[in-house]
Amino acid sequence: MSKRTILVEQPHAWNKIYLLTALAAVAWLAAYNLVQPLADWLAYGLLGLAHGSRLGEAVAFFLYDVPKILLLLSGMIFAISVVRTFFSPERTRALLGGKRQGVGNVLAALLGVVTPFCSCSAVPLFIGFVESGIPLGVTFSFLIAAPTINEVALVMLVGLFGWQVAGLYIASGLTVAILAGALVGRLGLERYVEDFVWKIQAAQGGLEEKLTWEERIRRAWESVKEITGKVWPYVVIGIGVGAGIHGYVPEEALVGVMGKNAWWSVPVAVLLGVPLYSNAAGVIPIVSALMEKGAALGTVLAFMMSVVGLSLPEAIILRRVLKLPLLAIFFGTVVLAIILTGYLFNLVM
Amino acid sequence: MLVIKVLGSGCANCKKVEALAHEVAGELGVEAQVEKITDPAGIFAYPILSTPGLVMNEKLVCAGRVPRKDEVTVWMKQAAS
Repeated sequence: MSKRTILVEQPHAWNKIYLLTALAAVAWLAAYNLVQPLADWLAYGLLGLAHGSRLGEAVAFFLYDVPKILLLLSGMIFAISVVRTFFSPERTRALLGGKRQGVGNVLAALLGVVTPFCSCSAVPLFIGFVESGIPLGVTFSFLIAAPTINEVALVMLVGLFGWQVAGLYIASGLTVAILAGALVGRLGLERYVEDFVWKIQAAQGGLEEKLTWEERIRRAWESVKEITGKVWPYVVIGIGVGAGIHGYVPEEALVGVMGKNAWWSVPVAVLLGVPLYSNAAGVIPIVSALMEKGAALGTVLAFMMSVVGLSLPEAIILRRVLKLPLLAIFFGTVVLAIILTGYLFNLVM
Repeated sequence: MLVIKVLGSGCANCKKVEALAHEVAGELGVEAQVEKITDPAGIFAYPILSTPGLVMNEKLVCAGRVPRKDEVTVWMKQAAS
């Protein structure tokens, strides 16, 4: 052992975390309320741009949205991360054990939203779930919901579209996960799971962590740092492009291409979304500006679900445990469900 | 000698855990051998559901997240003593 002493737990370190979090909350509230007046003052006062001018509108939009979204992002990710410390893949598996199709699909989709999940874990999760007897369709509902209803996308939707659209997004993501999972389950496709999956002798049990509140807060801070650090450039670029569209593209310009009556726009939007995987932060501000110019809500929602929920890298990862026909049916079903949801919203809204 | 295993497909988070294990071993002056386990059968020899996983002397100490340095230090001290 080394002679150096390493301070692992200082007795007062935890109190510091509470104090820091409280101070951050106060600073956050103050900043959130100052964003609008500050942006207006910068754009129209300091830069001397004219109200209602194209450049003025675009610059004010950018100066307001970037800090607002970054603040929302850090605040909401903090809250979501604290909630997520109460869930773990192990607990989710235990909750889903013995559930049948139907109830199981609904529960799996809901748990997919709150269970912390990295897409690299798709393979071990899949094996762990089916090994413990969770039906294939229920497992799929979880694997669809987890990436589709993603925290960054959610925050961006709240910030740029409001609570209603964010709620609709959660509802449609859940619907897609439940329907696609239930359908795959009904088809009885177990034979298309790679054979080795059924042969793996999985070790029993799992890590049981008893977390203190201090530890939960500490982990939430870490994910705020990690996620915000990763996505902020996309937020800035996305809002920049969105601000340009906001200021320069004429109203109603997109009604013909992305409006309700352009029936082909939903499938095209879904296909376009696939290669944009994980760029929700950059894509959503652009989409929000497009909606102002006449794009239909259903088309927009379908596009966003496709951006976050369908990804080529994930398909490649899952190919290790799924034979090609099942992988194709799985993705086909999700694509179909997203397209149908898009049409449904275009019809209803 | 301490045997450390990093369980996972080799994504960015797994690499972080691996680097952390090397770093802490170096700081503590512990002689450690760090192995990467990427095949599912090998990963499932341990009670794990989500990666990255960290194993010290055959005991799973962390799963599904990148641990902090102070946590790794505690685990490694325990495993090495």
